[in-house]
Amino acid sequence: MSANSDPSTPVPPRPRTLPIWGLVVLLVVTALATLATLLLYQNIVTRKAEATQHVFRVVDVDDMTVDPELWGKNYPRQYDSYKRTVDIIRTRHGGSEAFQKMDEYPVWRRIFAGYAFAVDHREERGHAYMLQDQIETERVTKFKQPGSCLHCHASTIPAYIKAGIAAGVPEGKEHREAQIQKGFEVICAMPFEEAVKEVSHPVSCIDCHDAETMNLRVSRPAFVNGIRSLAESDYPTPHLQSIERWRREKSDRPYDPNIDASRQEMRSLVCAQCHVEYHFKGPGKEVSYPWSKGLRAEQMEAHYDELGFSDWTHAETGAKVLKAQHPEFELWSQGTHARAGVSCADCHMPYVREGAIKVSSHHVRSPLLNVAQSCQTCHRVSEKELLSRAEAIQDRNADLLRRSESALVALITRLADARQAGATDEQLKAARELQRKAQWRLDFVSAENSMGFHAPQEAARILAESIDYSRQGELAVDARAVEVPKPKTAGAGRPPAADR
Amino acid sequence: MKLPRPKLRLVLTILLVWCVGVFAGLGTHTFHYAEGLSYFSNDPKACVNCHIMRDQYDGWLKSSHHAVATCNDCHTPHDFIGKYLSKAENGYWHSKGFTLQDFHEPIMIRPKNTKVLQQNCVACHQQIVDGINHHAGDTRQMLDCIHCHKDVGHGPSR
Repeated sequence: MSANSDPSTPVPPRPRTLPIWGLVVLLVVTALATLATLLLYQNIVTRKAEATQHVFRVVDVDDMTVDPELWGKNYPRQYDSYKRTVDIIRTRHGGSEAFQKMDEYPVWRRIFAGYAFAVDHREERGHAYMLQDQIETERVTKFKQPGSCLHCHASTIPAYIKAGIAAGVPEGKEHREAQIQKGFEVICAMPFEEAVKEVSHPVSCIDCHDAETMNLRVSRPAFVNGIRSLAESDYPTPHLQSIERWRREKSDRPYDPNIDASRQEMRSLVCAQCHVEYHFKGPGKEVSYPWSKGLRAEQMEAHYDELGFSDWTHAETGAKVLKAQHPEFELWSQGTHARAGVSCADCHMPYVREGAIKVSSHHVRSPLLNVAQSCQTCHRVSEKELLSRAEAIQDRNADLLRRSESALVALITRLADARQAGATDEQLKAARELQRKAQWRLDFVSAENSMGFHAPQEAARILAESIDYSRQGELAVDARAVEVPKPKTAGAGRPPAADR
Repeated sequence: MKLPRPKLRLVLTILLVWCVGVFAGLGTHTFHYAEGLSYFSNDPKACVNCHIMRDQYDGWLKSSHHAVATCNDCHTPHDFIGKYLSKAENGYWHSKGFTLQDFHEPIMIRPKNTKVLQQNCVACHQQIVDGINHHAGDTRQMLDCIHCHKDVGHGPSR
């Protein structure tokens, strides 16, 4: 005890316990930790619940339900991504923005001279716009078009079934294919403005899925007819084993993708219902796929040659030429991805995960916009590297395309000049045939929507042939010893390097 | 003025004890519900608890190593401490990723774990690869067995 401390008030020993504020802090910390644990618990419960729920049957859909919103009630995740096909994004060479290709690449006005595509040829937008864009294009508003367009520009199967039954095919599920085929013939022959009243939606769930089982299913009649003619040909299809198996088994029923094809093949075939080369056959304007001799450019050309078919007569040269349409399935069939068993959906509708659920993305779009999920599933290198590899392929293809365009325009110029100078049809015959060949090949790669990526070497081979035929054509005009004036369009024959 | 303090202290202490009890109970339940103990095991099923590795698990079922190696045999170090340290570290990142849903997809092995993987290839195949300068564990010089033999663990990719 110190001397100066007051003995009457002894200093109490300090309690060796926490101060009050310490208790409060501890209490708050424990409470917060408990709260965090609860939140974690809740999160785990959610994930576990997600893993057990896949399908919610809220409404009944059947084979005549076109409206995707109804299907969307049962399959909300797929529907959510399906709706995002409205997104408009440009990639380096394409994308989903409707820019006018005729302004971007004016040479095509000459290549398409005398044809509706010279008036309006815009880049296609996403699936959501397929019907609207077809109604609005000047190729439809300024020209007379048949109902055939709707085979792929709308969800048409229920309309076909209705028209088929109205035309006398018996009702009932067992006659579905006959109903579709008949309705297809009826609607193709109608004028576009009339036929469009029969449809209401762009591509919808029902175009690829069986309403009862949700299995993938192909229904579009032109595709079913086309793939059968391919199966009946001797064209090797190592990437579609089911066709080879059907041939080996020598079945007496026609090849039927819905029965014969594997699920992985169906993940490409449902897309091949539309993303293919086609023409309108005969006076009935039936959509028809030229696969009777095979899927390569020259085999489809031979199919058209045999039919004596041409899309239009070139206004400047008088050549009967072909217009290629988005042959994605055909070019993919030539590529390494197809040979490796990679389907359209693997890259364009990759599996995505939402919580604990794995769903196939129905936001169909360029894989370049989603390299991680489209490419990295197989290719374990960085996204940047993969994107640059793909763009390198596309850049080279684009260079070759520009060069092929210049060559074809040079031929068109030479031919048109000779025609003006009074050359006879007989004298121009050989060169016109070469224009048809060069045009078909150039357009084949140009109209295809992967900028060469689906089969780079095949695309380059086709373009090399195109350039060769264009230049051969120029020689064929000269060889006729016609008085040919100097080309009027300066620069048309120069290689693209000079004007880039 | 001095009287209420011990009473307040008592109340606070009781509250604290109660809170700790709730925390402990809830924590134990959550741990149990999340099958926390399974992560200490060698059972590959534990790795698909959270569904992210479903593809890897399915692939392993079909792979050539299915009969001889489980997830841990290739993906965690073979010594006791290393194994549980590795489980703790990866477990932390996996739970964080799955809870916050903020990880890169498709999932890819990190360089650190590639090193472990390579060491484990060598551990079993020592006799065959003895003559090869594999440098297992040295990220800069290491040969990567699975660069070529990528099918052995998870089967062929699509």
